[in-house]
Amino acid sequence: MPNNTKYMNIIVALVSVFLGLLFGSIIMIINGYNPISGFGALLSGAFGDIYFIGETIRGITPLILSGLAVAFAFRTGLFNIGVEGQVIVGWLASVWVGIAFDLPMILHLPLAIVAAALAGACWGFIPGFLKARLHVHEVIVTIMLNYTALYIANSMIRNVLTDKRDRTERISESASLRNEWLEVYTGYSTIHLGIIIALMMAFIMWFILNRTAQGYELRSVGYNPHASNYAGMSVRRNIILSMVISGAFAGIAGAMEGLGTFQNMFVMSGFTNIGFDGIAVALLGGNTAIGVVLAASLFGALGVGGLNMPRAGIPTELVDIIIALIIFFVASSYIIRWAISQMKKEGK
Amino acid sequence: MSFFEVLQSIVPTAFFFAAPLILTALGGVISERSGIINIGLEGLMIMGAFVGIVFNLTFVEVFGPGLTPWVSLVVAAFASALFAGLHAVASITFRADQVVSGVAINFLALGIGLFSIKEWYGKGQTDMVSAPFYTRDIWLLSDIPIIGPLLFTKTYITSWLAVILAIIVWYVLFKTPFGLRLRSVGEHPMAADTMGIKVVRTRYIAVMLSGFFGGLGGAVFAQTIALDFSHSTISGQGFMALAAMIFGKWHPMGALGAALFFGFAQCLSVIGSSIPFLANVPQVYLLIAPYVLTILALAGFIGRADAPKALGKPYVKGTR
Repeated sequence: MPNNTKYMNIIVALVSVFLGLLFGSIIMIINGYNPISGFGALLSGAFGDIYFIGETIRGITPLILSGLAVAFAFRTGLFNIGVEGQVIVGWLASVWVGIAFDLPMILHLPLAIVAAALAGACWGFIPGFLKARLHVHEVIVTIMLNYTALYIANSMIRNVLTDKRDRTERISESASLRNEWLEVYTGYSTIHLGIIIALMMAFIMWFILNRTAQGYELRSVGYNPHASNYAGMSVRRNIILSMVISGAFAGIAGAMEGLGTFQNMFVMSGFTNIGFDGIAVALLGGNTAIGVVLAASLFGALGVGGLNMPRAGIPTELVDIIIALIIFFVASSYIIRWAISQMKKEGK
Repeated sequence: MSFFEVLQSIVPTAFFFAAPLILTALGGVISERSGIINIGLEGLMIMGAFVGIVFNLTFVEVFGPGLTPWVSLVVAAFASALFAGLHAVASITFRADQVVSGVAINFLALGIGLFSIKEWYGKGQTDMVSAPFYTRDIWLLSDIPIIGPLLFTKTYITSWLAVILAIIVWYVLFKTPFGLRLRSVGEHPMAADTMGIKVVRTRYIAVMLSGFFGGLGGAVFAQTIALDFSHSTISGQGFMALAAMIFGKWHPMGALGAALFFGFAQCLSVIGSSIPFLANVPQVYLLIAPYVLTILALAGFIGRADAPKALGKPYVKGTR
């Protein structure tokens, strides 16, 4: 009953979101806040006027891409915790190309995005190769590569892209995703054209996985590597390919920050969290392209709207707790499925 | 700078950075030996650091500067054990994907810690604790020539506590009936069940023990190295501990050795510039050394590590 499980996945996601928000409200009540004014502040901070909507869309953009990256790996049975590192190298590559070249926009912008995708793909190739050839667990390798990416990027910014400074120059206009019309129209929010790229990539992921023979192989390997091997598919090749494509999505997520939101790169003391949030997005979205877009919209809105919660006296960090709880409930979907099936029985 | 002086500056620092990793990695060993993946070690350390710092700040007047860090350590360990109970409920009773549940634990710990700090202190980080652990010479042992000045002079007792606990964990896991049961549950839960071992209860104990050790690790880190709590207090040490556990092949002594190695690598990036031999190496190489070395080690030296067989698989009674 494929339709039934799809339907069930959606129910589980909705119940998880509901439970996350419910526990968030309980935490607010325990700390003496009114959840209605709390969530009211959150909603107005996410959608209150055209400026906030612009900011929310900007917040959603990289999450769609990092969510796609995690989801793509998941579909082939791999857990890519390294999206964070792939985002960082993608960001760096896009800014580098954005600064170093002087080209017409029609060439420059695509070149910068492709550079980001390639950088992310290379960073994804390493754990894919090690997993396929030497059976090294991809979770550990990707975690280690996150730190490596962070320190290398910081060092490159200080020593290669600048002369001992903490931030790079701005990228050229011809590599920028910013759009004057969009900015003016949204009251000078930081919205940029990246959202179109993100949605295109979601479509591409759906197309690769569901409409191509290669995608069928990738899904098949994720579902049962032994059977796929028996059917003549190369499990190793598919593992590497999956990590490379996943890394490319993550690299483009980095380009959204470099070419869109910040227009430069700076020395970072810690992670961007875009990659880690991508894990949450992919899980809630059930690892499907459309699910990722919806989940990224939810988490993006929570993240941007949450910045407005201090207006109701509530620390922004409450949003992190809510997101964590939502993942927790998605992970524990067995108990939700069980509860729903019990309720159905009672109903009959 | 003579060779001995170099050693004298490296060894205590490496040991000092290794202690939290040793403790947390031991927690990972216990949990994963019982068959439950614990990628939430980072979160368990965060919880330990958070509780340890808050307790230390709040009760320093009550317990005085000598006793407070110790009491904070114990409180943090128990708090973290309770927190690990969430991971146990999700991954054992609710049959959650254990990796995902661990990710949720990491997010949740940081969220709860930062939210509470904002609530209670009105800012993103706490004050520095006034009663941390201090270095001291260990009675008698510090008088031994060569070893004494290297290992027992101006050292943290918590570092030695970590080593002693590693030996105890090794003894319990490999020399006691409880350890045998715990390992059998991680290798073949159905066989263990047939022999009358309570699989679910054993796994709950193991996961909560991992919380206890992770909490100890976090509280030791917070009270010796960080001295306050903020969003960046624990930034990856839990993942390093996870790597140490795998590097050490799921064995307490292996984890101890791997954690010491990571401590050494971390210490090089901190004090590298003061050592003549390393002064000209760009700092970025020293910074990425522990991570790159881990990857190389996993790929080359240890080959296919033998993880517990039932790792990651929920046990459902009556299925095969």
